[in-house]
Amino acid sequence: MKSVIYLDNAATTRVKPEVIEAMLPFYTGNFANPSSTYKVAQENRACIEECRKSIAATIKADAKEIYFTAGGSEADNWALKSAAEAYAMSDKPPLCNNKNTVFDNYGYTGRKCLKGHIITTKIEHHAILHTALYLEKMGCDVTYLNVDERGIVRLKDLKKAIRPDTFLISVMYANNEIGTIEPVKEIGEIALENNILFHTDAVQAYGHIPIDVNECNIDMLSASGHKLNGPKGTGFLYIREGVELGSFIHGGAQEMGKRAGTENVPGIVGLSKACGLAEVSMKERTIKELSLRDHLIDRILSEIPYARLNGDAKRRLPNNVNISFQFVEGEALLVMLDMEGICASAGSACTSGLSTPSHVLTAIGLPEEIARGSLRMTISEDNTFEELDHVVDVLKDKIFKLRSVSPEYEDYIRRI
Amino acid sequence: MKKKVAVGMSGGVDSSVAAFLLKEQGYDVIGVTMQIWQDEDRCTISENGGCCGLSAVEDAKRVADKIGIPHYVMNFKKEFKENVIDYFMDEYIHARTPNPCIACNRYVKWEALLNRAMEIGCDYIATGHYARVKKLDNGRYAICKSRTDRKDQTYALYNLTQEQLSRTLMPVGEYEKEEIRKIAADIGLSIANKPDSQEICFVPDNDYAKYIREQSGLSFPEGNFVDTSGNVLGRHKGIIHYTVGQRKGLGLSMGKPVFVLELRPETNEVVIGDNEDTFHMKLTADKINLMAIDKLEDEINVTAKIRYSHKGAPCKVRRTKDDEVECTFFEPVRAITPGQAVVFYNDDIVVGGATIKKFM
Repeated sequence: MKSVIYLDNAATTRVKPEVIEAMLPFYTGNFANPSSTYKVAQENRACIEECRKSIAATIKADAKEIYFTAGGSEADNWALKSAAEAYAMSDKPPLCNNKNTVFDNYGYTGRKCLKGHIITTKIEHHAILHTALYLEKMGCDVTYLNVDERGIVRLKDLKKAIRPDTFLISVMYANNEIGTIEPVKEIGEIALENNILFHTDAVQAYGHIPIDVNECNIDMLSASGHKLNGPKGTGFLYIREGVELGSFIHGGAQEMGKRAGTENVPGIVGLSKACGLAEVSMKERTIKELSLRDHLIDRILSEIPYARLNGDAKRRLPNNVNISFQFVEGEALLVMLDMEGICASAGSACTSGLSTPSHVLTAIGLPEEIARGSLRMTISEDNTFEELDHVVDVLKDKIFKLRSVSPEYEDYIRRI
Repeated sequence: MKKKVAVGMSGGVDSSVAAFLLKEQGYDVIGVTMQIWQDEDRCTISENGGCCGLSAVEDAKRVADKIGIPHYVMNFKKEFKENVIDYFMDEYIHARTPNPCIACNRYVKWEALLNRAMEIGCDYIATGHYARVKKLDNGRYAICKSRTDRKDQTYALYNLTQEQLSRTLMPVGEYEKEEIRKIAADIGLSIANKPDSQEICFVPDNDYAKYIREQSGLSFPEGNFVDTSGNVLGRHKGIIHYTVGQRKGLGLSMGKPVFVLELRPETNEVVIGDNEDTFHMKLTADKINLMAIDKLEDEINVTAKIRYSHKGAPCKVRRTKDDEVECTFFEPVRAITPGQAVVFYNDDIVVGGATIKKFM
């Protein structure tokens, strides 16, 4: 992808050469199934357990609390659905203090109807939102908390929403569209006080900001490999020890019987390598990203009129820039950027190239005409100041062109 | 420098081949699929022949990839709802029979899409319509019938303005339908055998009465079938279920075929009669668009189509008011329907058109 300027790292990231190098031997060399009896299989077994251990350390968890998945969406689905099933089975949130003996190793649940109450937010990724909608159909009640104009969950709203039958709170660690970092520690405290499970979708945050599941009282956490220079189709769900959930994928005994399927050894190795690299480089890398990010934001806000930054200037992922340009059709802008070899996005990527107004921008109170003119650019340490300067120049040119044919802009200028 | 054209790609054969032909002709082609479906997350429109749903996007992308052109999806949900869906429902509610394709062409494809295409730097838009755009000797642009008379789609294009036409390319109109399918097969498009879309693209199961009831929340009460003398013949299930000239689905056994003559929303009656009673000689129409000519002062002789499937009949057209014309046919014409378009032709060329108010 040499001829493009890639600014869509929230959608996916480049796989680092070291990651590929670490993975290859498991394709070209020892391809054995870790569950088999013989020596080479046992080597792979040991290998993935090592990976599990090293990933656990990155969030201060225990190895046995890490479950490998095929990505963040799967982890999100797992966390919500299994928590709901467990609650419906037992009437108690499946927390450490409530010993649930209803599950055997294979987690057979047997019940169909769900109940109870989940609290989440309006700005979650669709993998959480659509799962929550599904659970609502299956019998759960769900409260979707509003956020303030920066995208931050109001803690008092959260407290007010809690009911006796609330068994799960799911709030994302940081938002994928506007980069807002949520008050996860405080939410964890509230969950703990009220004996409620706390899950966080950390897909965008993990690898970019330090996470300590104990400090924040997190019970479950979703992460995805391809957001941190790892392979696509990999990820993990952290489940605190003592949280008793049923199986998510039934079948073989892999992942403690909770998530069957032959382990994706090369994927896990790649994921682990990526997680390790991300941890080691985090401090320095994020300083660099922050300065690139702020340079981009500063230039845009000072050189392009009628532009606003979405989210919070400070409580924001180091790589996230999200700006609304008034009197501009974001869709047209994206196409024009593509013609100049610049890759960015308007909403989130997960709607298969469809162009839908962002639920996140709506939740922070942006009127539709402003939300339509939004652009998300998520940088990486690979970007340079020269590249970003070029992007700003292109933006100025294209936005000028779009505004010059916009009847709303003409009206506005005439009136002032 | 190469001229840039945005081709509206529905994922069907015609628009796919249109894109290919324009690329062959040397244009810088961009494929665009309009996102018009209202269902927020998943498309409920049927797989085969459903225009502009998720599977349509996938088909269009595959074709774009095969041909070697970029492809984008553009969101016109709001414009489509306001100009096509709301119009559609409103017309039925007022006992007229709408033509949503005409509204979509005028306000969505040739307005919203054309504007977006020009914003991103295109010189033209193109579609896979069986029609041609010609510049006439008098300097005006006009839509001209395609070579495939069978599949002529000019009826739905009468409402386009000169400005819009000057920025339109329609490559498919020069070919026969079979030739188009053959080109599609030759270039290896798997959609070569895809059936043509037939129904209203936003009404999933073609049950438009159900759609209108559900979307509007209104109920359309039963009323009386009456004959031309006012005698009650039976009960109808709600005025939106009927259109002028309709024979099927009336639920009346009169011992002979009977037809809908007229809808009377004021009294919620549907007038029934014999086939001969559905024929009339005159109609009035408003919301005129002139195409091949720039003014209508004297009476003119044209061939008029009063429906997409109508073969056309000779008539005289004269202006009765600022925005009203009266058409007098030489022979009685069957089932003139308020709300439908009357489109005037001079041989192959669209002279203009208007929306039918009533028959006389």
